[in-house]
Amino acid sequence: MKKFSEKNEKNKGPERLKFSFFPGCSLKASGHENTMSLLKFCDSVNIDLIELEDWNCCGSSSAHSIDHDAAEKLPMRNISLAPKGIPLMIACPSCLIRMKSMYLKIKKDNALKQEYEDLWEKPFDEDLEIVHFFEIFNRINLEDYIDQPKDKLKHLKVAPYYGCMLSMPPDLRFEKNYYGIMEQTLKKFGADPIFFGYGTRCCGTYLSVAKPQIAQKVVNEIISRAMEAGAECLVTACSMCHLNLEIRCSLENPIPILHFSELLSMALGARDQKKWFPRHIVDPVPLLKKRGLIIS
Amino acid sequence: MINLDGDHYGLADEIKASSGINFNSCFHCKTCANGCPFLEGMDYAPNAVIRLIQFGMEEEALKCSTIWVCVGCNTCSSCCPMAIDIPAVMDGLRHKALKTGVKIPEPDILNFHTQVLNTVKKYGRTHKLEIMMRYKFKKMDFFSDMGVGLKMLKKRKLDLTPSKIQDKKAIEKIFRKE
Repeated sequence: MKKFSEKNEKNKGPERLKFSFFPGCSLKASGHENTMSLLKFCDSVNIDLIELEDWNCCGSSSAHSIDHDAAEKLPMRNISLAPKGIPLMIACPSCLIRMKSMYLKIKKDNALKQEYEDLWEKPFDEDLEIVHFFEIFNRINLEDYIDQPKDKLKHLKVAPYYGCMLSMPPDLRFEKNYYGIMEQTLKKFGADPIFFGYGTRCCGTYLSVAKPQIAQKVVNEIISRAMEAGAECLVTACSMCHLNLEIRCSLENPIPILHFSELLSMALGARDQKKWFPRHIVDPVPLLKKRGLIIS
Repeated sequence: MINLDGDHYGLADEIKASSGINFNSCFHCKTCANGCPFLEGMDYAPNAVIRLIQFGMEEEALKCSTIWVCVGCNTCSSCCPMAIDIPAVMDGLRHKALKTGVKIPEPDILNFHTQVLNTVKKYGRTHKLEIMMRYKFKKMDFFSDMGVGLKMLKKRKLDLTPSKIQDKKAIEKIFRKE
């Protein structure tokens, strides 16, 4: 198994937490800056991520739309790969919904459980915990890893954008939700979260390809509302949202869009932004320099 | 509560079998329609699609653009007071539309989904560049959106080579149709 995080001896604090990690196609195959900064952040807060070995695509909206069978079996295989006794962490909100819905469905349907066991020749793990990346904020205390957190983000005005991640289908209604995690964490690090009313408006996902004019309208609306509310940048929880907000915005001089993981890593002292920011369409460097968040 | 009777049951029963939704429970409060970010691109509002099902208007329901424009963001279902899984209704209708072979009003969206699944069949994961190329090729449209494509390549947002899984047999098993 490939291990991402190197042991970081400098970090004091409690024991290292361990998760198996499902990156999903958006992070693995295009949002590299999201993956790099996320791994960096986890390492600096004593979290080991072990990439789920040989994971496959969760099926995404496309399998759901046109191939019901694959929409069930693709997440099933990923569930069957998860090692026992370690929670499975998923960074993409959409992959999380697909995998968790499927997991709960198998759990309460004996026929489906049998199908799963026949297909993957493994017993179904009744105790597997599937969590979103945001769950770590419930499990660690950020203050353990950082001195003077309040000084870190220097009142940067950030509009937190969740997209559809807070909207759960009825079968996940009683599962844990992560309202306010970004606001709370940004505040802890001394940024000023901006409320702009469009933080949970869907980014349009694949309509960005098949119906660009609809996606463009939604994206422009989200970004311009954030700007009107006084935000200096938007921060996204999902790699797909980030891509859409960047490529479909047709506003003049839009504000930069950052990944939540990038801001987190910066707050914890990461210095390898040079690898992340050249991948952004709207360069965040001038803003971050102006705010004294990056030097050089 | 709207009770369905007589011939109206057919479609509702069929979608219920795949999604578990009781169509009698929708009382058309239109919370879904008001919350939907993509209403403008649809010919029927989400609750109107449910209405078509309640009335047993199969042809209209299967041919409407709404079932393809809906991306399943769950904005509607998470605020539906009756907890109706509206994206699951759309899933059920889309599958039936494909099975019955009606004319699909949004060929671009179907084209996109097909290309996504083609790369998943091939590599086990999606490959954005190939999806885009094949999507454009199928559409015979090479120049619209060229700027965005080039911008994405320049910013290295499209990997040139696909990320692949090792266990190809497992993927064959997933897509094998009995």
